[in-house]
Amino acid sequence: MSDSTAEVHEYAGKHAGEHSPFLRHHFESMEQQQDATNFAMWLFLLTEVMFFGGLFTVYMIYRNWYYEAFVAASHQLSVALGGVNSCVLITSSFTMALAVWFAEQKKKTALLACLLATFLLGILFLGIKGVEYREKFEKHHFPGSTYSMEAFTNPASDAEATAAGDKPLPVDVAQHTEMFFSLYFAMTGLHLLHMLAGMGILVYMIFRAQSGAYTGGHFAYVEYFGFYWHFVDIIWIFLFPLLYLINRH
Amino acid sequence: MSEATIVKLPDQATARIPRDNYLTRENGILSWLLTQDHKRIGILYLISMTFFFFIGGALAGLIRLELLTPQSDLMAADTYNKVFTMHGIVMIFFFLVPSVPGALGNFFLPMMIGAKDLALPKMNLASWYLYMFGGALALWAMITGGVDTGWTFTTPLSTHYVNTNVITTGLAIFITGFSSIFTGLNFIVTIHKMRAPGMTWFRLPLFVWANYAASVLMVLGTPVLAIAIVLVALERAFGIGVFDPTKGGDPLLFQHLFWFYSHPAVYIMILPGMGVISEVVSTFSRKRVFGYTAVAFSSVAIAVFGFFVWAHHMFIMGISSYAVLVFSLLTMLVAVPSAIKIFNWAFTLYKGSITFETPMLYAFGFMGLFTIGGMTGVFLGVSGTDIHLTETYFIVAHFHFVMVGGMLMAFLSGIHFWWPKMTGRMYPEKISQLAAVVTFIGFNFTFFPQFILGTLGMPRRYASYPPEFQVLNVFSTAGATILGVGYLLPILYLLWSLKYGQIAGENPWQATGLEWQTQSPPLTENFATMPVMDHEAYDYEWLEHQTAEKQKKEAASVG
Amino acid sequence: MNHISPVLWQFLIKWLTHFAVFPPEASRIAPELDALYFFIVLVSLIGLTIVVLLVAGFSILYNKQRHPVAVQIEGSTLLEATWTIIPLGLFLMMFVWGALIYFRVFTPPPNAMNIYVVGKQWMWKAEHEGGQHEINTLHVPLNQPVQLTMISQDVFHSLSIPAFRVKREVIPGRYTTVWFEATQVGTYHLFCTQYCGTNHSVMTGEVIVMTPQDYRAWLESSTSGMSLAQDGERLFASLSCAACHNTRPDARGPSLAGVYGAKLTLANGQKIIADDAYLRESILNPSQHITQGYAPIMPTYQGQISEEGVVALVEFIKHLDSDYRVQQTTTTTVLLPEAEGKAASAQGSATQQKVKP
Repeated sequence: MSDSTAEVHEYAGKHAGEHSPFLRHHFESMEQQQDATNFAMWLFLLTEVMFFGGLFTVYMIYRNWYYEAFVAASHQLSVALGGVNSCVLITSSFTMALAVWFAEQKKKTALLACLLATFLLGILFLGIKGVEYREKFEKHHFPGSTYSMEAFTNPASDAEATAAGDKPLPVDVAQHTEMFFSLYFAMTGLHLLHMLAGMGILVYMIFRAQSGAYTGGHFAYVEYFGFYWHFVDIIWIFLFPLLYLINRH
Repeated sequence: MSEATIVKLPDQATARIPRDNYLTRENGILSWLLTQDHKRIGILYLISMTFFFFIGGALAGLIRLELLTPQSDLMAADTYNKVFTMHGIVMIFFFLVPSVPGALGNFFLPMMIGAKDLALPKMNLASWYLYMFGGALALWAMITGGVDTGWTFTTPLSTHYVNTNVITTGLAIFITGFSSIFTGLNFIVTIHKMRAPGMTWFRLPLFVWANYAASVLMVLGTPVLAIAIVLVALERAFGIGVFDPTKGGDPLLFQHLFWFYSHPAVYIMILPGMGVISEVVSTFSRKRVFGYTAVAFSSVAIAVFGFFVWAHHMFIMGISSYAVLVFSLLTMLVAVPSAIKIFNWAFTLYKGSITFETPMLYAFGFMGLFTIGGMTGVFLGVSGTDIHLTETYFIVAHFHFVMVGGMLMAFLSGIHFWWPKMTGRMYPEKISQLAAVVTFIGFNFTFFPQFILGTLGMPRRYASYPPEFQVLNVFSTAGATILGVGYLLPILYLLWSLKYGQIAGENPWQATGLEWQTQSPPLTENFATMPVMDHEAYDYEWLEHQTAEKQKKEAASVG
Repeated sequence: MNHISPVLWQFLIKWLTHFAVFPPEASRIAPELDALYFFIVLVSLIGLTIVVLLVAGFSILYNKQRHPVAVQIEGSTLLEATWTIIPLGLFLMMFVWGALIYFRVFTPPPNAMNIYVVGKQWMWKAEHEGGQHEINTLHVPLNQPVQLTMISQDVFHSLSIPAFRVKREVIPGRYTTVWFEATQVGTYHLFCTQYCGTNHSVMTGEVIVMTPQDYRAWLESSTSGMSLAQDGERLFASLSCAACHNTRPDARGPSLAGVYGAKLTLANGQKIIADDAYLRESILNPSQHITQGYAPIMPTYQGQISEEGVVALVEFIKHLDSDYRVQQTTTTTVLLPEAEGKAASAQGSATQQKVKP
């Protein structure tokens, strides 16, 4: 990556007329500012990769050790709902990318429409996730004292297990299905928290966009938020096959 | 000058602190609490970390008091467990990790590279608030019952067997972790993107290299600690079973996740200190650091290798013997760059012109004590000897030698070195030299006996011990008292110097860094004209030329 | 160093031990470990001396008054190479030496006598094969390799005997082992060295090394009457293990005669050796350790049997070198009326009776 160094000039008594109104004064030029803030955003996403990476590592280890239990537990998840959610998120990434484009093009209404669309798609994702979570609670698949492995020791009693053609698991193997759900909730929960944070920022951005903050030539915030949103999407794209698509036929 | 000092102060009769500087530019508490000036944020960090240091120190005092007698008679067992846990947590997360980067790095990194501020000033302020919030939460956890898991939060003890404020403390560390990540992120971006014209990588002061390496560790390692803490909290709150053997979980997994951060963490703590030593040794021998490239690369090497040795904290925990072989070998490799640095600093003295001002005294203390601390690390990295020495006071002595004898001495060296630049005033030299010597003596008395105790087998985290260990423990406590005095003195005389210290002027040490080519205290924007770097780092010939030019100009303007 | 001069070595050790700055050498490996320890001490001292001499020497020779003008020196690749290669070489040598000792400490000789240790908050329970049970004490014979097979009932502990230079973490969920051979009669400290909660500091004990005659006398006087294997046999019967694990042609489980130490092929194709860990796992997590050719119908005994109980069962199975004892147990089980009911309901995943030893 090229490191920019600035040009020499005096800055005592320098005036605003000669540079962009968006230049933060500790930077020498807009180019340096954009270069630096862009790099900073990517670095931040790298820390997020390390954060989720730790959790994914834990998941991969237990999936390796308790494969049979994980397969059975995974059959409890709805591929349909998960698949729809994946499409929802990918579409929201598309609308977000469009938002960045419109901000650059200084088209305020289109920008607002795209930001709003991204937000609504996020709400849809949360709604579907809520439905999935509620189902898990109802079936006593939330880890902890209420956990029930009935569906795995006796698949006949459970619609999803029967549909997947699961065989009954011995008790000591069935116990490990709780580990799958622990990790399922931890991973999707962490993803959810990141989505909620993102949507909070989106709300703020919609208000700012409304007042023209991003269509005056300085749309860095929209672009960087776009990076974040795409990252959250990519995490889901890994989560979905890892959690939902184990050994499906 | 016939005096054995390089200090050159302006004429005290006529010298004044410059009227416009970062301290006077704005007034009022809000101008401090909402500042984006990296220098003010550095001062904020300095004040808050000193506060935490004394809390951690008080807790240490309690530990040493308890250990005066073989019986557990000063406090209840649970209380003692809470005291050593909190001592570790406060000292590591709220003092050592932020110490040099937060106070000195924040203040001087931009100046050293010729920038006006860090890349992300608002994020810098956010870092400080996160640190304060995390610290407040940790203190709250301490006051409302404490936590007694040890700073290492070993599972399943921390997840299933204690009733103390584990989640609150975990949350506090999680939040402070973000402070660390944001600071590291800020430093990396600043160093990459905001160097002055002519400031190439190999003209950077070694302090910058060291902080860069530490920042990489902060950014990549801290998130893994964060996830480990999240999992412990989830396990405690919901019983998810990820570390519970009765549910198929593996408590050893927590150890891997925890040490994956906590080993690089020790390098996060020491690298910035090593950066300080480079600056101080160079200035007080009037010489470029010997083997500049080697020292710069060794910082990076420590950072890289530091990520691959974590399981040397787990040699007897039941990991496979082949894993032990690999990690022991890698640990031998990570020890080498530190040795390279020590030798390079020693050879910087060769054919130099050496003076013994306080920062240099602390630097010498560092070199001796870090060598001992580092070598005792080799005892622990060698798997055979680790069996006997691990989990005993040998470990306690080892890490206190590197962290207190090493890092804390480096921190004090840096504080004294840059004090005139930060405040415009000199600290009193004689008493500060005395404090340095007292600290050194107190330190050795406190921690050297602990090596012997460890070899004898005294376990760590014990409130009571077999009577034959008492003599050494009494020595250690006596030393701790002396050490306490050594740390109290700087608070007193540094505060005194703010009002009564001599005016320092621009460059009292005649040092070569860019930060020394501007007024003391600096302007808010650091430099009146953007500097151009047209010379190598530690270029004393350039400095001589510079000084001569200035004197000519002054003589001309007077005449 | 003890190869250089045993006399000098003894003198050094005695002197250090007398002044209470060094632990006694009471095991076969202790002098070997101490040799490495003192080597590293020597290297450290030399290293420290070099650094101190360089710093002090240069400070004196080149202090400002004596040497007012500094000479700018860039560096020296030769010196860099020297102080990279020599330390690296020394460290690698120590690494190899230490690794050899490490493998020695954790590879017990075949004639090692086994003692089981169960650690729990905040005591050590030692179970000898002959049925002697001790708390916070460990009696061992002189000049006999002893292997400790250890497990925790709750949190991480760590068993340390400084005089023997051995230490091993004692963790929940699986066995860890360490061995030693005591070479000096006496009483030595035993510590828990992994912080384990409130009374960690008092989870200490004593190791008492006795001459073979004294040891035998102690064994006879402290036995509980039943050896560990006999305890295990009782459990085997009361848990009706023999309902499946017998030598009848229609047996649902493999015969356990001679299984200890045998090479087995598991249902998933993996080849393993049936050691202590395998036996324990088979009782607590059977479904993942089923021998090839058998259906995965063995129920888990997790939660119904304590670690001491598992130890007793493992001991029993270890001593099953003929199926005579199994036959005996089968006969005994079959004769008991309640056993008939148990045998019938032992299929599938029926609920198990809660039996504790």
